[in-house]
This record gives sequence, C-alpha cells and structure tokens, in this order.
Amino acid sequence: MAALAVYIDIPKIQLFGKTLSHPKINLGFLKRDLEPKLGLDLSGGVQLVLSADMTDVSPDDRDNALQSAKEIVENRVNSLGVAEPVVQSAKTQDQYRLIVEIPGIDDIDQALATVRKTAHLEFRTIKQATLEATTEALPQDFEASGLTGADLTRAQAAPSNDPQNPGYVVSLEFNGEGAKKLESITQNNFQKPMAMFLDDEPISWPPPVIQAVITDGKAQITGRFTSDEARGLAIQLNAGALPVSLKIESQSRVGPTIGQETIQKSILAAIIGLVSVAVFMVAYYRFLGLFAVVALCIYTSLVFAIFKLIPVTLTLAGIAGFILSIGMAVDANILIFERMKEERRWGKEKLESFFAGFERAWSSIRDSNVSSLITCAILFNFGTGSIRGFALTLAIGILVSMFSAILVTRTLLRIFWVGKV
Amino acid sequence: MNIVRYKNLFFAFSLIIIIPGIFALFMWGLKVGIDFAGGTLWEVKVAESIDSLIIQEFLSGQGAEVAQVAQTSGDTYLIRLKTTDEETLNGLRTNVDENFGPSEDVRLETVGPTISKELAQKAIIAVLVAIAAIVVYITWAFRQVPKPTSSLAFGICTVIALLHDVLLLVGVFALLGHFFAIEVDALFITATLTVIGFSVHDTIVVFDRIRENLKKYDDYPFENVVNHSILQTFSRSLNTSLTAVFVLLALFLFGGESIKTFVLALLIGIISGTYSSIFNAAPLLIVWQNLTGRKFRLKRN
Repeated sequence: MAALAVYIDIPKIQLFGKTLSHPKINLGFLKRDLEPKLGLDLSGGVQLVLSADMTDVSPDDRDNALQSAKEIVENRVNSLGVAEPVVQSAKTQDQYRLIVEIPGIDDIDQALATVRKTAHLEFRTIKQATLEATTEALPQDFEASGLTGADLTRAQAAPSNDPQNPGYVVSLEFNGEGAKKLESITQNNFQKPMAMFLDDEPISWPPPVIQAVITDGKAQITGRFTSDEARGLAIQLNAGALPVSLKIESQSRVGPTIGQETIQKSILAAIIGLVSVAVFMVAYYRFLGLFAVVALCIYTSLVFAIFKLIPVTLTLAGIAGFILSIGMAVDANILIFERMKEERRWGKEKLESFFAGFERAWSSIRDSNVSSLITCAILFNFGTGSIRGFALTLAIGILVSMFSAILVTRTLLRIFWVGKV
Repeated sequence: MNIVRYKNLFFAFSLIIIIPGIFALFMWGLKVGIDFAGGTLWEVKVAESIDSLIIQEFLSGQGAEVAQVAQTSGDTYLIRLKTTDEETLNGLRTNVDENFGPSEDVRLETVGPTISKELAQKAIIAVLVAIAAIVVYITWAFRQVPKPTSSLAFGICTVIALLHDVLLLVGVFALLGHFFAIEVDALFITATLTVIGFSVHDTIVVFDRIRENLKKYDDYPFENVVNHSILQTFSRSLNTSLTAVFVLLALFLFGGESIKTFVLALLIGIISGTYSSIFNAAPLLIVWQNLTGRKFRLKRN
C-alpha cells in the first residue's frame, strides 16, 4: 500500500514538475491542456451580474425567458472572441439574474453594450428578385416580413405527431396581431421559404418552407429535429418572443496588469511561507522534520496537479486557501511527530513508537479535519465566486493533506528512518 | 504546570480583550464594505499624482455621489461612490480623461442594493449553520466518551470556544473599522468561517487527548486528567499555530494588497483560536463538570 502511494506520486511529480512547459495529458478519455486556469482577479476582465426585468413576462414563462436570455448573452459573449467566457443563470426568490464572466478583455464598454442589447427576432421572406433560386437562397436574399418577435407569444419543442416526419417539432404560437400578419404572409409566400433572424443572424438554416396557409396563428416547424435541436431552436425563438431587458446590478472589473502583479506577489508569499515552515520544522524536529518537509513538497505538487486536473479556477482567495492548507498539512505531521516523541518518552521502542504515533494521532487528525471540511462545505454552498474558490481549494488541500501525512510521511519514515535502527 | 487552577485568570484575560470589541460593536457597529452596503468602488490610474481631495471635489462637481477618495499608490486612486450606473460612470471617466490625462481602470466594482442585502442574510445563515453542524458532529464524534462526562459537554464547550473567537474577531474589526476605517467584506465572512474551522480543529486535538486519557486514567480526578491532557498537547497546539502564523505572515507581508484585511482576520482568529482551545475550552469542561456534578450530588442527598 505504501509502495503504491509512492508509485502513484512519482509519475505525477515528474509530469507536473515541469510546470513551465504546461504538459498536455492524453489518456484517451482525458485530454486537456494543463495550463492552470486563472480567475478574473488574476487574469483581468469583468464579471457582471445582470438582473432580468420580468415585469412584462407572465410568471409561467419566466424560466423560459431567463433560459433564452442566457442563450443569447452566451452567443454574444462568444462572438467577442475571448477565451472561456462563463454565463450562468441564477434564480433567487423572484429575482432572475445572469452572471457573466469575461476574462482578459480590452474594450469592456464595447462588450457591455453588446451583452446588454435586447434580443430582436424577425421573420423574413425571400426577396422577389431572387425568387427563382429558392433552394440556394442566401441569408441576404431575405427581407423583413413585418412579423417579429413581438408578435410571437411562445415557442415550444414537442415530439412530432406525424408518422411521416418523426422526431421533434417546434410549435409556435402567435398573438392576435401576429396571426393576422402570418395569414397574409403564408398566403403570399406559399411554398416559399421563411427565414428566422435573431439579432440579424439567421437561425435554423436552411430556412423552413411554408407548407400551408395558417389562419389560427399556430405554426409548426418540422424538420426531423432531435429533441436537443428542437429545444435549442425554441430557446432562440423565445428570446425574441419573451424579450427581457437586462440591467447591470453589479459588476467587478480588474485591469490586466494588476492581475499579473498579484500572481507574482502570491507566488512569492507562498514560497516564503513554505520556506519558513520548512526551516521551523527542521529546526524543531531535526531529522523527522526533514521528512515532513519532503512530504510537504510532495503535498504541494499533488495539490497543484489536482487543481490543474479538475480544473480549479485559481482566484486570489483560492490561492490563499491553498497556502492556508499548507499550514494544515504540516499540522498532521506535527501531531504524528509529537505523538511519536511522547511514546518514546514513555519508554517504547523506536518501531513501536512509530506505529503508535500514526495510530493514535489518526483520531485527532480525522476529527479535526472533518470539522474543517464541514465549514468548507458550508462556505461552498453559501458563497459566490471568490468564496467558493477559497472553500474548494481549502477542501482539496485538507483531503490531500490527510493522504500525504498518513501515506507519504509514513512511507518515507518507514524506508529511511525505521530501517536505520 | 497547573493550567486548570488558573482557569478564571484565563477567562478574565479573554474577557479583557473581548469586552472592548463588543462595546465598539454596539457603539459604532462594523464598517461594512460595498459587498454588504452596496455601492461602487472605482480604482483608477491617472497620468500623474494629484491630491486626492482635488479629485474628490472634481467628481462631486460633476454630480457624482462620492463617499471617499483614497490614494492607493503614486498615481492610483480608490474612489468610493454610491451605486452608480454605467452611463454615469462613462461620463465621469470621459471628464477625468479630459482633466487629468488618460486614465486606466484598475478595478471597478458595483454592487446593487438587492445583492448586498441577500449576501448579508446568507452570511448570517452560513455562520449559524456552521456552528450547528459542528456541535452535532462533535457530539457524535465524542459519543463514546467515558462517564461521568457527556459528549454534549464537549460539543457545547467547543462552541463556547469558537464563539469566543468569533466575538473577538468581530470585536477587533469593529475597533479597526472605527479607528482605521478597515472595512468588512464578503471575504471577512470567509475568514470568520475559516477561523471557526481552525478553532474547532485546535479544540478537538485537546479534547481527543482528554477522551483518550479518561479511558487510561479512570481513577484520577477529572481536573487532573484535563490538565495533563492540555500539557501533553501543548507543544503541538503551539507548533501548529506557529506554522499557520508563519504562512499567514508571509501572505500578509508579501501577498496581494486586496487580501490584506482577509489575512489579518485569519491571523487574529487563529491566534485567538489556539488560545481559546488551550485556556478556555478544556477548563470550561471542568466548569461544566462541576456544575452538573454538584446538581447530581444535590439530588442524591
């Protein structure tokens, strides 16, 4: 078991020791660039909390509207071309919010304007001049039909009832005004395509072809959709049907230069912290302390490897949690060493004291760490952004520290210390 | 060394530190940051160093509701405003650019009033849930503790020790807020919860030894067993705290500016946590024992 622990450790350390080159791993199911992920406070960027104004949306449709708004914002943020933006929706009581994180962006004001624009859905019919080329019609061959998202009540994905066209369909429900417009459009454009444009971008391309004159304002888009495709289309259409205006409720921006400084400072602080702990341990526990320091180094590289593998987004608070967990990792070693010293003092043999030290210290290591993990879990549930980061890194640190104190230190001691009796 | 004998002295020492803090808390309250109060925090770098008062007057002249302007470094200023929307800020930025040369946003944070209210609520709930969860866990973990002690006593004494740390921390920050304008933000809640975790961590190590020794020396008086256990775990408690303090000091001195307050809170809390677990939690067990023991005897008579 002990040998196994060392065996597991070694390849990881060798792999992650070269952190400068950011190794890539390729294990078939796990293929990822192992560059550490940085939070907004380190990489620079902007975090926005947008509150959606739902006063004009009926309570039943609010969840759909938020979902659609999220989709739209996601598309817009992606169009900004930054690496790994995050868009989350959050609902608390009667507050509907979107949380948007855009890392490493230069023109924040431009980005804000893009993100906050209200969605505009438009149904377009083909221009007369290009009538002939209906099958190869391009997006620019379409013109406004007068039918817009404002006329649409809702869109919904549903399984198809038609055995000829299995799969899923999207059913559209228009309001009174929309039904009238739709009737005249379908009359004039029978058997011709009708395209849908969201924010001037065509959706569901190639466009569906009008199959019947619709008088009751209830249309259906068939096309042998899978359930995901149909749902996706319904969400996009709903964005136009249920437009919500987004208000910036809170935001936090960090300039790109300050993040770099912070990283350097944190690394310096981590190194100084580690070195001072190492000096203390060796000064106080002498030979035993040396093992603790080695175990600590293994611990640090293990934790960092896990951060990269999950991956954990590193924020300033997250780094603080990690550095703090170093302190806790040392604690497990101190508990064991103190216990071994005591057992020796009580007249036990070296080997006996070795086993007793680990065995007796375990209950306090376990109980104390469980209580810390409980607080981490609560922090994680309570928290937003940086607090979650802190709780997560601290919890990972605590779990790994139990492993490293029990298995790694034990193995090292067994090989190099007990053997020397 | 007989720590238990001087327990009242140690309790008194704790009170001497805690009472002024509580007093400050009731007199002035905590100085809360925008996380809880709502508002806008705008850190901006301008072309050259100017007096912060000039900036404040300039911005107020533009109609901005400025609470404070502080110079964070040579040409960088931290401006506190009431919650200000994007358009107003853009206007201000243009004017700043025109008057003080091209500016660069270092940081811009806005917290709306609803979010800050929610956060404050959540924070209180989080602390209460954490405390409750810890009492339950300790009562469970120490369920096999030998008679005459009860596992509930261990749980409650742990919580008294952690309340000691929380009160001390909050009190000290009430003082710091009043005299040094140090603000309490969401990270402070994180620090408080971490201190709770650490305090319990420390207390459990001492209690764990008491549990073990109670089984071993069941014919000794309870007080002696507790004292013996404190002494046995003394160097561990001190060493562990020292390593944590080393790490935190490194963070405090060399880490980023924005977590200084957070690290300071952790430092205060961890030192207090070690003190309370050695000098308060374990002696409290004896106080508890004496009280319940006396009752027991009264009943028998």
